[in-house]
Amino acid sequence: MNKIPDNRAWWLVLPVFLLVAFSALIPLMTVVNYSVQDIFGPGQAYYVGTEWFKEVLADERLRDSLVRQFVFSGFVLLIQIPLGIGVALMMPRSGIKGSLCLILIAIPLLIPWNVVGTIWQIFARGDIGLFGWGINQLGIDYNYTGDTLDAWLTVLLMDVWHWTPLVALLCYSGLRAIPEAFYQAAEIDRASKWAVFRYIQLPRLKSVLIIAVLLRFMDSFMIYIEPFVLTGGGPGSSTTFLSQTLTTMAIGQFDLGRAAAFSLIYFLIVLLISWLFFTAITHADKEK
Amino acid sequence: MAEIQLKALAHSYIANPVGPDDYAIRQLDHIWHKGGAYALLGPSGCGKSTMLNIISGLVQPSEGEVLFDGKRVNELSPRDRNIAQVFQFPVIYDSMTVYENLAFPLKNNKVPAAKIKARVQEIAEVLEIEDKLHKKAKNLTADEKQKVSMGRGLVREDVSAILFDEPLTVIDPQLKWKLRRKLKQIHEQFDITMVYVTHDQLEASTFADKIAVMYDGQIVQFGSPTELFEAPNHTFVGYFIGSPGMNIVEVERCSGGVRFGSIVLPLEAWQLELLERIKSRNVKVGIRPEFIEISPVVSDETYAAEVLDIEDLGTYKIVTTQLGGQEMKVRQNEEFDATIGARIDLLFPKQWLLLYVDEFLVQEKQP
Repeated sequence: MNKIPDNRAWWLVLPVFLLVAFSALIPLMTVVNYSVQDIFGPGQAYYVGTEWFKEVLADERLRDSLVRQFVFSGFVLLIQIPLGIGVALMMPRSGIKGSLCLILIAIPLLIPWNVVGTIWQIFARGDIGLFGWGINQLGIDYNYTGDTLDAWLTVLLMDVWHWTPLVALLCYSGLRAIPEAFYQAAEIDRASKWAVFRYIQLPRLKSVLIIAVLLRFMDSFMIYIEPFVLTGGGPGSSTTFLSQTLTTMAIGQFDLGRAAAFSLIYFLIVLLISWLFFTAITHADKEK
Repeated sequence: MAEIQLKALAHSYIANPVGPDDYAIRQLDHIWHKGGAYALLGPSGCGKSTMLNIISGLVQPSEGEVLFDGKRVNELSPRDRNIAQVFQFPVIYDSMTVYENLAFPLKNNKVPAAKIKARVQEIAEVLEIEDKLHKKAKNLTADEKQKVSMGRGLVREDVSAILFDEPLTVIDPQLKWKLRRKLKQIHEQFDITMVYVTHDQLEASTFADKIAVMYDGQIVQFGSPTELFEAPNHTFVGYFIGSPGMNIVEVERCSGGVRFGSIVLPLEAWQLELLERIKSRNVKVGIRPEFIEISPVVSDETYAAEVLDIEDLGTYKIVTTQLGGQEMKVRQNEEFDATIGARIDLLFPKQWLLLYVDEFLVQEKQP
C-alpha cells in the first residue's frame, strides 16, 4: 500500500487533543500558573518564579503532614491488602452463600464518604456510640477526640472498614478465575494449604493485587472527607493529612500561590510512587 | 504400587438419578492389577475421565467401592491415596522454575534434598527437558509445559498408581509418538501401575498391555489389542477399534442361518441352536474389513456385491461395496483394482463371522 503524506491528517487528532486539554491540561496549567505568581487580588498578580516551591519544601507544617500521610498510607496497605486477601479466601466459592457474602461485603463501598465519616463519628463516641461506649465499658480509656493514638486508630479502623471490601472483591474475582485443575493438581501433588496459597493462589492474584495496591495507595494518599468529618484533623493536627492541609491553605487562608505549588508537588509524589510500584511489580515478572 | 479394584461402582452427577441415562458410570466391577500398563479407551463423554477421577479421589462415586490392595479408599482424599495424575491440559505452577515444579511433589512428601535433586535430574533426562530446568515454567511452550506436568506425575517413586487423562492432546503428532514410547519405557523401568485414558486406539495400543474399552458408562471389553481386534465383545468395540471399523449388519433369523436383504448367511450349528433359545430380536453379524476375501471364482459360499467406492490409503485400499442393500467395507492390498460399479464376489471366512445378540458377542462354550 502506498502511503500518502498529508499533514491535514493532524486534524483527526484534534478531538482527542481538545478532550484531554479540557479534562487535564487546562486545569493543570492553571495550577502551574498560580504556582509561579503571588496574587493579591484581581489584576494584582506578581511573578515570583520558584519562590513558592522553595517555601513549600521548607514548610515544617507541610513536612509533618507529608510524613503523617506516608505513615497512614503505609498502614492502610499493610492492613487492607492481607486482610482483603484473607477475606476473599474465606468467602464461599459459589451458590447463594457466595452471593450473600458479596452483597454484605460490598455495602461499605456504597456509602458516601462523608456519611462514612459521620457514621464513625457517632459510632466511636464514648457517650452515645456503641463502639466507643463498648470499649470504655471494657475498662479501656478510649477517646478519639482527645487522644492522638485513639484518633489514629479510629481513622485507620474506619478506612479499613470502608475500603478492605474493595481489596476483598478484587481478590475474590481473581481467585474465581483460577481453573479448578490447579487445585486438583495441587491436591494430587499433596501440596499443603500454605503451598496452594503461596504457589497457586498468590501468583495468580498478582494482577488484581497490583490494581488493589495502586488504588488503595492513591486513594489513601488523597484521603480527605472521612478524617475531616471524623476528627477534623485533630486532636491538634495529629490526623491532618496532606489534602486537608492543602485545602486549609488554598481556601481557608486563600494562599493560592503556595497551595498551587504544593498541589503540584503532591501530584508529582502520587505519580512517582504509583510509577515506582508499577515498575517494581512488573519488573520482577521478567525473566532474569 | 497397588492393585486397584472397583466394586459395584456407579456414578451420577445428578443428585437423585432415576434411569440408567442419569449415570455417567453404570454399575461396573473392574480390577487394575499391580504394575500393569492399561489404557482406558472410549469416545468423548463415555465416562472415562469420570472413572479416572474416581480412582484418584477427585470425584466421590455415588455408589460402590474403590479398593486399593483390598482396602476401601472411598473416603480418602487424593493426597491420602498417594496417587499421581496427569491432566489433559498442562497444569504448571508458573511462578516456579521447571526444577521447582518437578521437585514440588517430592518437597511436599518431605523427601531429602539430595534425593530430590537426583530424582528431578533423572526425570528431566527421561523427558528431555534437562536443559530447561532453570527456566521459569511459564515461559515454556505448550509441549514443554505438558512435559513438566507429566514429569510431576512421574517424579514420585512411591505412588500407588499414575493416571493419565489424555495427556498428549496438546502435543504435536511427532512428539506424541515419542512421548508415548517414553511412557512405555518409564513403565518398564519403574514398574508402576499406569492407567492411560485416551480416545485414540493407536495411542492405547502402543502404550498398554491391556485395554479397557468404555462405552456409555460401562467397560464393554477388557483385553489385549489383539483380542479387541479379533473378537470384539461388543458391537461398539468392533466399530470403534480398527480403521475402518467392523462391518456390522442387522439380520433376521431364517432357516439355516440369518438373512439381510436377499442375502442368507449360513451359521454354525451351535449358533443356530443358541439363536433358537434366545428371544431377542436384536441380532447382528459382524466381520472386519480385513477378514473379508474377494474370491476370483463364483461358488456357493460367495456373494455378489457391487463396488461403490475405492479409497487408496497409500499402503492399502478400502473397497466399499454394496451387498443386500448394506454397505460392506473390504480391505485389500495396493494391487487390487476394480471399476466403480463392477461386480465382485465376497467370501466370509466362517471363523471371522461373529454373531451379536443384544450388541454383545455370543461365543461357543468351550467344551
